[in-house]
Amino acid sequence: MPDVAIVGTGQTDHKSRREDVNIPELAREAVDRALADAGVTFADIDAVCFGNMDLFEGLAENEHWLASTFGAAGKPLLKYNTGGTVGTSTTMGAYYLVKSGFYGRILAVGFEKQAEGNSQGAITTVGDPIWERPMMAGAIGNHAVMASTYVADSGVTEEQAARVAVKARRNACLNPHAHLKLPDITVEQVLESSMLAYPLRTLDMCPTSNGACALVIAADGHAQKLAARPAWIAAVASAHDQSFQGDSPKRMSEMRSLIAVRERLYAKMGITDPVKQLDVAEIYEPQTYAELAMCENLLFCEKGGGGRFIDSGIPMIDGELPVNPSGGVLSTNPIGATAMIRVAEAAMQVMGRAGEHQVKPDVQTALATGYGGNAWTDALILTARQPSR
Amino acid sequence: MSEPRFPDEPLFVTAELTLRYRYGAGREATHYLRVLKEDMSFEGSHCPQCDRVYLPPRPVCGICYAECDGWVPVGPDGTIAGATVVEVPFVDPITGEQRPVPYGFAFILLDGASTNIFHFVDETDRTRLKVGMRVRPRFRAERTGSITDVEGFDLIREEGEA
Repeated sequence: MPDVAIVGTGQTDHKSRREDVNIPELAREAVDRALADAGVTFADIDAVCFGNMDLFEGLAENEHWLASTFGAAGKPLLKYNTGGTVGTSTTMGAYYLVKSGFYGRILAVGFEKQAEGNSQGAITTVGDPIWERPMMAGAIGNHAVMASTYVADSGVTEEQAARVAVKARRNACLNPHAHLKLPDITVEQVLESSMLAYPLRTLDMCPTSNGACALVIAADGHAQKLAARPAWIAAVASAHDQSFQGDSPKRMSEMRSLIAVRERLYAKMGITDPVKQLDVAEIYEPQTYAELAMCENLLFCEKGGGGRFIDSGIPMIDGELPVNPSGGVLSTNPIGATAMIRVAEAAMQVMGRAGEHQVKPDVQTALATGYGGNAWTDALILTARQPSR
Repeated sequence: MSEPRFPDEPLFVTAELTLRYRYGAGREATHYLRVLKEDMSFEGSHCPQCDRVYLPPRPVCGICYAECDGWVPVGPDGTIAGATVVEVPFVDPITGEQRPVPYGFAFILLDGASTNIFHFVDETDRTRLKVGMRVRPRFRAERTGSITDVEGFDLIREEGEA
């Protein structure tokens, strides 16, 4: 099976409102940037994969009127609708199609125009209608309960979580595409921001963004022609947990789906010391406590050591293993694009195209994750070195 | 060929969708909710392989992939596994009305169960709501066969405690 690489990325400049464009126009901005980055046109694309969340904007089967936006007329057009993971599911779907040898060059697109609908209301329908929905409180209530279990298990403090919020919004200032940029943010400001649901305050949570992301994914042979330094997809993994929100007693401290994908990826790549062996990580952290818990589950630090990990400076943009130098989900969250932005940012780091938030000139190995629905995790490892060579 | 003409203000089209759904509860839920309504008690499904007792009940164990072999009484009391006080205003997913805030909200491990359910808790002071606290269900007088037949869980307070 051929090696597969990301050879172009494109993002909109994500914002809380984009009243100047409709959904196809918004998505097209990212598509045009990705095609230009790879130096290709629609004529060079064999198939299109795209994802967003139908109910967020109240639009079913939007592939009908988006096909021309994506240059998909006369080509296969596949849609992914998996929740927070939609951007990584779409990327991995494109990867599988190229890896299997069916297509040489695929355009992958994720987008969300959250200002046009009711995302929190839509997220409530994620709960099983008999067992969970009557108690649901959107993403915030559930995340607060999960964060409280992590606080009880790890002893992480509000100040340590606030440091994650500060890191994200300061990193965002170096990223022209990021939405929430707060150059002067302090730990005190985070702790003084309004309480949503304890322990989560406004600045502990991701924003509601409008934006799109696109990737050009190509097979060995095409990839080398389209990028001087392709970001090779060296390993992918995906795992679900059980059906219901309460099934994992320690849902954040021990994220079973994240542990499952970590074990598979690290085994495939021979990673035993991720802080030394990874150059950068772009992880799907919907809130500050989740980032620390995810770092524990990814073995970036010892179990229960998430708080000390952020204190150590290791995940800072100039640290030993920068975590979310783009500003992460805490700075930018157009849901259908969010997980793809993790992949795009990891690819930009490997390709040396991350501009001001490039962590170092020669990024060899980058990790990207997607997270969503009922504790579902996708993850990819991108490398500068071609996997089979 | 002429240039496009844009209005001074962006234009919008608004839409309101009111859709009615009717979900079948299925075999497990029908048994569980009947026991909840008529006996004011809880039953979980048992995995013969790993001995887990599942709440919500289900036909197959997600860990062992073994078929569950019957019903086991659990609760009614339980322990808080995670808790919050929701302070951000929120639309109730069942009624469509704004839910009054603040309200207590928790993962609860009923005695004898292996998995948590989430439910409301009668405490809105976040400093008094902690993992490990014991809770007891408060049933409604009028029950319809829904998980909301339990109105919420009350903290079991020691003698002399407020």
